[in-house]
Amino acid sequence: MSDLVKDVAFNAEGYMIDAKQWSREIAEFLAKLEGIEVLTPDHWKIIDFCRTTGLASGKAPTLRQITVGTGISTKDLFALFPKGPAKKVAKIAGLGKPEGCV
Amino acid sequence: MESEQRRIAFICSKGDLDMAYPALVMGWAALGNGIDVTVFFTFWGMDMISKDRQKHLELAPVANTSMKMRLMGLPTGTLGIPNLMGILPGMTAFTSWFMKKKIAKVGAPPVDEYLQMMVDAGAHLYACKMSVDMFGLKKEDFVEGVEDIVTASDFMDMTEGSQIIFI
Repeated sequence: MSDLVKDVAFNAEGYMIDAKQWSREIAEFLAKLEGIEVLTPDHWKIIDFCRTTGLASGKAPTLRQITVGTGISTKDLFALFPKGPAKKVAKIAGLGKPEGCV
Repeated sequence: MESEQRRIAFICSKGDLDMAYPALVMGWAALGNGIDVTVFFTFWGMDMISKDRQKHLELAPVANTSMKMRLMGLPTGTLGIPNLMGILPGMTAFTSWFMKKKIAKVGAPPVDEYLQMMVDAGAHLYACKMSVDMFGLKKEDFVEGVEDIVTASDFMDMTEGSQIIFI
């Protein structure tokens, strides 16, 4: 499994340096590292939204942008990515650290 | 990899619009990073959780030395809003409206929505017993999400090991 990320570059905080190296398999692998065993369709809805907006703007979306953009509630977002979705979502989506505050 | 759970507690003692936001912004950021958040509302800070005040927090221009006319886009350098002007009827409503517009522009939600987001993300909200008694309030006067009315001593117990920020 770790062969998947053998050629992927990460920064010191664990974010992928080049978002283009990302794949769905890598996301599944990174999710496991973050303690999420299985990525459900709701997880993917969030990850796909982050990929789309993140690649377009060059910035990982903030949590509020995710809830507004996907229609997934704050409660569900925090349940899907327990113990702090802000960094987890960005890491799994292969994006950098979110820069916004809200 | 698992380290000790970080905990942070905010004491909100102000009811002005601008003083409501620090705990909201930092509390939300803390929750997003997996940090436990408790917020204790005392004195004027209870306006932030009072049903009839929460949506109507204001910012008065009088005696506010940071409030300069250039905030409104006027080319007036560091000239303040004259206090004499600030006492005109409608000025507080105007500056409050203006600040709300500025807050919305950076994508931050209004106070009621922000607090609800925090509750949904797992924050614990409490009102201060002494303030509640002083102002003659009841639990029903507060918005949903406020878990209880607690004493200062209760607060000390429930925030053992927390970092505490007083606002």
